[in-house]
Amino acid sequence: MATTEHRPNIGATPRRKEDPELITGEARYTEDLTPPRTAHVVMVRSPFAHANIRGIDTAAAKAHPGVSDVLTAADLEGAFAAPLVCAWPIVDDIKIPPVYPVEGTRARYAGQIVAVVVADSRAAAQDAAELVEVDYDPLPAVIDPEEAMADGAPQLFDDVPNNVTYHWRSKEHSPVPSAGDPDPIMASAPVVVKERFRLERLVPNAMEPRSILVEPNASQGEYVMTSATQIPHIVRTVLTLITGVPEAKLRVIAPAVGGGFGSKLQVYAEDAICLALARRLGRPVKWTADRTEEFVSVHHGRDQWQEIELAADADGKLRAVRVRIVAGMGAHHLLLTPGIPMLGAWLYGGCYTADAYSVEIIGVFTNNTPTDAYRGAGRPEATYAIERAMDALARKVGKDPAELRRMNMIPTDAFPNYTIMSGLSVDSGDYTGSLDKLLATLDYQGLRREQAARRASGAARQLGIGLSTWIEMCGLAPSRVAGALKLVCGLWEACTVKVMPTGTIQVMIGVTAHGQGHETTFSQMLADQLGVDYDDVQIIAGDTLTVPFGMDTYGSRSLAVGGIAMHNAGEKVIAKARGIAAHTLECAEEDLEFANGSFTVKGTDRSFGIKEAAFAAWTAHNLPDGMEPGLEATYVYDPPNFSWPGGAHACVTEVDTHTGAVKILRYVSVDDCGVIINPQIVEGQVHGGVAQGIAEALFEGAQYDEAGNLVTGTMTTYLVPSAAEMPSFEVLNNPNAPSPTNPLGVKGIGEAGTIASPPAVINSVVDALSHLGVTNVERPATPERVWRAIQEAGQ
Amino acid sequence: MRITLTVNGRAHEVDVEPRDLLVYVLRERLGLTGTNIGCDTSTCGSCTVHVDGESIKSCTLLAVQCDGRAITTIEGLANGALHPVQEAFTSEHALQCGFCTPGMIMAAASRLNEVKDPTEEQIREGLEGNLCRCTGYHNIVKAVQKAAAAG
Repeated sequence: MATTEHRPNIGATPRRKEDPELITGEARYTEDLTPPRTAHVVMVRSPFAHANIRGIDTAAAKAHPGVSDVLTAADLEGAFAAPLVCAWPIVDDIKIPPVYPVEGTRARYAGQIVAVVVADSRAAAQDAAELVEVDYDPLPAVIDPEEAMADGAPQLFDDVPNNVTYHWRSKEHSPVPSAGDPDPIMASAPVVVKERFRLERLVPNAMEPRSILVEPNASQGEYVMTSATQIPHIVRTVLTLITGVPEAKLRVIAPAVGGGFGSKLQVYAEDAICLALARRLGRPVKWTADRTEEFVSVHHGRDQWQEIELAADADGKLRAVRVRIVAGMGAHHLLLTPGIPMLGAWLYGGCYTADAYSVEIIGVFTNNTPTDAYRGAGRPEATYAIERAMDALARKVGKDPAELRRMNMIPTDAFPNYTIMSGLSVDSGDYTGSLDKLLATLDYQGLRREQAARRASGAARQLGIGLSTWIEMCGLAPSRVAGALKLVCGLWEACTVKVMPTGTIQVMIGVTAHGQGHETTFSQMLADQLGVDYDDVQIIAGDTLTVPFGMDTYGSRSLAVGGIAMHNAGEKVIAKARGIAAHTLECAEEDLEFANGSFTVKGTDRSFGIKEAAFAAWTAHNLPDGMEPGLEATYVYDPPNFSWPGGAHACVTEVDTHTGAVKILRYVSVDDCGVIINPQIVEGQVHGGVAQGIAEALFEGAQYDEAGNLVTGTMTTYLVPSAAEMPSFEVLNNPNAPSPTNPLGVKGIGEAGTIASPPAVINSVVDALSHLGVTNVERPATPERVWRAIQEAGQ
Repeated sequence: MRITLTVNGRAHEVDVEPRDLLVYVLRERLGLTGTNIGCDTSTCGSCTVHVDGESIKSCTLLAVQCDGRAITTIEGLANGALHPVQEAFTSEHALQCGFCTPGMIMAAASRLNEVKDPTEEQIREGLEGNLCRCTGYHNIVKAVQKAAAAG
């Protein structure tokens, strides 16, 4: 008789394992740790966006009570074996000027570190930092990437003409062939729309500011770094390159980490400085950013000028997509800076079909904080351009934007493995299904009728309906593809599953969480796979000493890459336990079926549990000949493809035509993220992602003055939204396109909301005002910008 | 200066500098690190505690201003069992990274003392001074509604 298999955990919403310590204040973030003899570090940062440094006088600071040292670049010569690391030289002739953690001769952005103060207390270090006298010779600064590449613009580096660090062209640099050449089609197509968008810089603003503690064992040359990071393994490798501390003697721990959103996917100057100081001083060294410092020292996101052209037939059938991006890199490259815009270069065709496609990206240095990955990293940029442009095309050909999208979508029966216009193979998708569900949930036609009525009556508050039908590539990533894109690392993931003699299970996994709920999700998966209790599974992560070498957390990869590594390790455990069970039950392995944690001889009631197998493997008294004792297995998983989520979002707004104020009435999303392990966690990821995208569309944008100072440099001036600015969300799921790439059918969801939502919001604002002649409102669509767009359209 | 703070029901005598903020005294002198610091402009609310029963951002008060006053931090909110707001935060998945959570819970608990049965709008307005970057606030609002219903 066949056993009925129970899988009580997948699809359920147990209490999160992470929560008890977080709701009681017991969790330990890096800043909560201060071992005895800790030296506190405060950075002295350039107040100028661009200035030669003529000299630094540290005498008064050194004389301040409690100060142990004040160090400049000259003092730290020899502390660094290499400059800060850029691991993504996306073209062969990219220019990557060497920049060291402490700058000695020329500050290139306001916030760059020019000296370091070490003291017995943070207060003493802060007081002394005020006493460091730096003699600056200010230079003209340039902030806008298009202005920076113009002839005559201030030059950041002598050997980088026009500040252009690279020029990437899909026709030349893509490792996979795109669809045809759009140039001749653009010249002859019946309909062409050309749109130009500015994506302002965003400041990530994870709630926990960055913090680093390095504890040395000086006599052994060993170091333990505790850091608010998403990437302990990568931090360790890269710091070895920069400081020369052997990788085997450096342990990096990510304790409780208060959000990341890409901002903690970095190896910063401060990381290298703290390690170098711990080596120099032989005592624990700690640095924590305050928020104002965080605004200029944490890498920023976006910063693009986009030009997108769509060629179409008269009925709106898309024929070609051509894109040109000017991307602001900031003052120098960091870990992934050059590659971020290119990560979007595969998605400017959205979930649509066309005959021709090209993208070019020009990376430009500017006198501000370096850019790098921020939630979505390249994919929100691409989605914004194509989804805004599709609305423009709909207006041009006189079609409803939902209908225009539907007629151009990749059909569901094209899957599995459809090659999109950029040349990548998408494993699965159901874009029309998501759109249909969205429109039905919205009562789309009813909303259009209400919109028409408001327009007819000339109401002050007009209704807008904005759509975004999106696709993304995540689950980063096949290592071969990463290599073909010139990323200097693989993107596999590793996991060890260990069944203890008494039956509880330790999972050591390379991906590390900072809010995503890995402990909960992974426990649910493994509990069902091995047929044990949710509470029997313990997830261990975020410590390079205790977990297998992994590639850490970003790019919505934890489940689709790390989760599969765990699943495959779990299969190896089951296979080994099966051998022990067959040996014990004196039957062939093929005669055993495994369900609910137990092996049963088919057709009998003779069985042997996996926990019994673990005990037998531990005692090793009676194992099959040649079998290693112990019941554990490690799997290193390199995914054969990206994960390809998609979906359809809608934002319904009410725009006050007198004041320019935008109010979101409804936000509805239908997402395909493959098989869902924990619906509550998935919905939470969508909520947070959409909120960040709404913020991007309506509130957030880094503003600079002429001199290159960040004038939105605090939380009072840079508008991270509160609960009062956010709507509730209607979050739906499209379960019809599980991934065929991995055995669980899962995809990523961490970035989806942020990728999908900004164009939905802005399309909605423009839609509300299109009858007045408004065709664009730059983001963030502040009331002033909306009001001005109305006034300009009316002239 | 020597001051007396009653924190989570226990009296502490501490020597402080006039410039010391309450939040630093709680974290660094008393070891109560559950109260987090998320900004330096009194914007984010991560450091919210109760002073004489009212929620206040502990980065906006000098420690000397709290001499003789009663302070409750996140560590002292649960009284044997979890406070209804703590309970609702975990059941409704109102936290992800958890960094804003202590302050958010303290602010919400205080809000519910003032308004027993708040509307969604009252909850959103009431938590305006506390920022969260993970949840989009949707589940925080649900949690506060649930805690209100639980009394």
